Amino acid sequence: MTLSAAEHGFLSPTGVEIAFLLVGLVTFGAALVTVTTRQLVHAALWLVVTLGGLAVEYLLLTAEFIAWVQVLIYVGSVVVLLLFGLMLTKAPIGRSPDADSGNRWAALTVAVAAAAALVWVVVDAFRTTWVDLDGPASGSTAVTGASLFQNWVLPFEALSVLLLAALVGAIVLSRKAKAESSSPPVNSRAVTGGSPSVPDSRNHPIGGQAPAGQSKSAVQQSPAEQEGAR
Amino acid sequence: MTTTTLAVLVPLLPFLGAVAGLLLGRTTPGFVRPLAVVPTLAALVLAVLVAADQGGGRAVDAATELTPTGSVPIELSLHLDGFAALVAVLVGVVATCVQIYSTGYLRDDPRYPSYAALVSLFTSAMLLVVYSGDLIVLLVGWEIMGICSYFLVGHYWETPEARAASIKAFLVTKLGDVPFLIGLFALATETGSFRITKVLGAVAHGGLGHPTVIALLLLAGVAGKSAQFPLHSWLPDAMAGPTPVSALIHAATMVAAGVYFVARLLPVFEASRAAMVVLAVMAAVTMLGSGLAALAQDDIKRVLAYSTIGQLGYMTGALAVGERGAAVFHLLTHGAFKALLFLAAGVVIHAAGTNSLAAMSRVSNLRDRVPDAFWTMTVALLALAAIPPFSGFFSKESVLGAAEHVVTGHTEHVPAASGWITLVAGLLTALLTAAYATRLWLLAFHGRGAEAPDHGRQPLTMTVVLWVLAVPSLALGGFTFRLLPDWFDGHDLTPTLTTSVVGTGLALAGVIVTYAAWRHTTALAARVPLGAVAAHPEGDAGLVEAEAIASHAPAYGGVAHAPDPADPGRLLLGPLHRHAAVGFHLDAVYATLFVRPVQAGASLVRFLDREVVETYVRGAGALPRLLGAAVRRAQTGNVQTYVSALLAGTVVLAVAVLLVATGA
Amino acid sequence: MHLAYPAVLAALLFCTGLYGVLARRNAILVLMSVELMLNAVNLNLVAFDVWLSRTTRDTLHSGQALTLFTIAIAAAEIGIGLAIVLAVYRNRGTSDIDKLRDTAEGHETDGPDSDALAAEQAGRAGKTEATA
Repeated sequence: MTLSAAEHGFLSPTGVEIAFLLVGLVTFGAALVTVTTRQLVHAALWLVVTLGGLAVEYLLLTAEFIAWVQVLIYVGSVVVLLLFGLMLTKAPIGRSPDADSGNRWAALTVAVAAAAALVWVVVDAFRTTWVDLDGPASGSTAVTGASLFQNWVLPFEALSVLLLAALVGAIVLSRKAKAESSSPPVNSRAVTGGSPSVPDSRNHPIGGQAPAGQSKSAVQQSPAEQEGAR
Repeated sequence: MTTTTLAVLVPLLPFLGAVAGLLLGRTTPGFVRPLAVVPTLAALVLAVLVAADQGGGRAVDAATELTPTGSVPIELSLHLDGFAALVAVLVGVVATCVQIYSTGYLRDDPRYPSYAALVSLFTSAMLLVVYSGDLIVLLVGWEIMGICSYFLVGHYWETPEARAASIKAFLVTKLGDVPFLIGLFALATETGSFRITKVLGAVAHGGLGHPTVIALLLLAGVAGKSAQFPLHSWLPDAMAGPTPVSALIHAATMVAAGVYFVARLLPVFEASRAAMVVLAVMAAVTMLGSGLAALAQDDIKRVLAYSTIGQLGYMTGALAVGERGAAVFHLLTHGAFKALLFLAAGVVIHAAGTNSLAAMSRVSNLRDRVPDAFWTMTVALLALAAIPPFSGFFSKESVLGAAEHVVTGHTEHVPAASGWITLVAGLLTALLTAAYATRLWLLAFHGRGAEAPDHGRQPLTMTVVLWVLAVPSLALGGFTFRLLPDWFDGHDLTPTLTTSVVGTGLALAGVIVTYAAWRHTTALAARVPLGAVAAHPEGDAGLVEAEAIASHAPAYGGVAHAPDPADPGRLLLGPLHRHAAVGFHLDAVYATLFVRPVQAGASLVRFLDREVVETYVRGAGALPRLLGAAVRRAQTGNVQTYVSALLAGTVVLAVAVLLVATGA
Repeated sequence: MHLAYPAVLAALLFCTGLYGVLARRNAILVLMSVELMLNAVNLNLVAFDVWLSRTTRDTLHSGQALTLFTIAIAAAEIGIGLAIVLAVYRNRGTSDIDKLRDTAEGHETDGPDSDALAAEQAGRAGKTEATA
């Protein structure tokens, strides 16, 4: 390996290396735009470019299954989720001047320092290491599937449990927030005013669709009702 | 049972009675009175048996060492000689009388169970002191008496006088006990043992290096316990306690302990001529001062208290002339008649509803109301005044006779100076004693004015005890002065002719002068109405006495005296009366010498604590507070700032680790 | 191919994501930056897996398996994270991270208000449950 590494200098790149370098530049640039743009929706779209570029890099590294998973999950679902999140939080369309917090310069310092340290270490450690990409693809679907279901079955199943838990957790979080936020006290009087079916609401458990105002009126009416019951 | 077993049981029984009384007093009130009286009575019987066994012969010694205690061994030991046997009998008699009397005196007192238990404990401690052959064990009993006196003097703790008196009694006796303890340690270090027999053996062979220092240190404790000048001031104030407690403290326990202790260790004191002279001076000042002060007191119990101090002065004087037989003889007779005096005074206070002699002198017929107290008190006062043939005469003459022996040079190991001091002071005190005894008797029982109110007969338990004690007051001296030398050191205790004639003459002179003064002043009594009686005369004696004590200061302007021009003591003392009434300003001197400096020191310490120490504390707190304020500014609540700092630190650490790892 | 290329690219992407996490104000943008960091790690895993499987004949493919797991966990994380951001937004009316300063020292004006609001809502919810 070291012998082969000695044969390959940085000044005579192979075709794969050139392709990797170009796609890497695009990916890195898109990432930079993602974290610096003032338009929030654009940030999500530039993230698509970054993640797509990474998928290409996976392909270049012969990990094709991971590349497709990357496209499917990240580009297909995560970014869509993020866009939904932006919309639900009423993110401003267009340039927003306060996209960056006052912490920017500290963040820049930390990030540049970390980058310098990491790049220095990585280059120092792996400048002679050569990856031989010839031969059969090491990350084809068949190979990955075999490894996954032969050696990694138990973590795989555990992960499915984790995903289920995350699913339930996300539902619970959203649902509770919905119940609390959907009780406008302003229109409660309008809702309860002389509605004949109001006492029936006492028999229903307060769900998402039962406004608090209705039950408030039930409190007001219950003494008379108890009198009548006697 | 052997003599030793009996002797062990004597202090043990009242102790067990005290423990049982304290434990059962609240739950089973019916047992309290038997538990108070029976163990004390049993202890008396056993003490009599021990005395009969011992019989004045060779001293019985028994010792057991429980555990090794280092270089100087401490042993549980008994030393039973004639002194111990007879004093124990006296303690038993007086304690039994006091317990029986208390059942009537504190009939309705809610705190009677604890009171009776403490009296039993007191008795037990005194018996321990009497029988103990080891100085440390003796010290244990000595200190238990101190704490018991604190509790008992403060029995009426609702009144401020009682609270102050109990604290004063405790502090003053403790003031003496500190040098006493040091003296005991010095004595044991020099002689190599705490056993009294070994100590005395070492002293007899001249093994004592610093006899004067040790004797003076021990003397301080003795002065505190036995109320000798200058540590006597607690005793008159201790009259704020119930009368039976006064009887117990004054007659048989507490104050007797000091004299008894010196009697036991007399050779140690005799080794130092200076200590003997100091002892004589102390006795003389105590005798004369207390005699004068007793003449000026208005509270009947305070008169008796000062008379106790004076009689203790006689005993100390006897010791100062090296005649411990006379000292213990006087201790015995004095124990009998002083207990009788106090118990009778309790009856009188109950009947009169006041403890003020001025108020009693304005009431007629008091003696008809309490005939038992009148007759027994007359006997006891005659004994106190040393009129023959009452018991006090013989014991006092034995003291004066011993002093005369020294003066005439028959006793070579005692300095003649102490003989002279004791003799002169003793004779003068005989005059004063007769004077104040007469004054007390005349004012209390020969008042003129309104009829004394009739509260019915006194309880039988209180009057019978008086007659029991009247017998030794009357006859103890006359019948025993020939027998006692066998029990004691063998010195003759027969009164000598010269001192008898002079002493009795002086006593009679005191009686006559006082009577004349009383005849002269008693006409004034009707012109100055005076008096305050207890609010609840029908209550039990303890309640009446507590109210009388509490009302004395507001009614008469002081606990000690009353503005009564009809008082013969005022005429006799002249300008001295004002000073004698307050005990010659000794309390004021103490306040100036000790209390004020201590208070000034306390305020200085307070100032230092508040202003100096606390400044440092506050300064020490300021720096952390400043740092805290600085750190608080960093807590902005912005999570991104926190993470920035965290990651910056991580980068710095990682780079540092890398640099170290690569050796750069 | 030199291993340095993917490794350096991963480091740079990671630090970009780091900058985004620290500098962005909107919580959703912060989540995006977290995704960037996760992807940088994924790239590292894949590159080193390829290298190791070629040089040491490693058939375990632990790097690729871990990459798949990371992707799954990232998906879960983004779901939970968005749910939390939505809940915060509904409660506070904002998803700006630097306005969520309840833990700040000396910002009593913020704390009690939001606390009172939350208490009021809790009390109302309790009342409805009691009557229901």
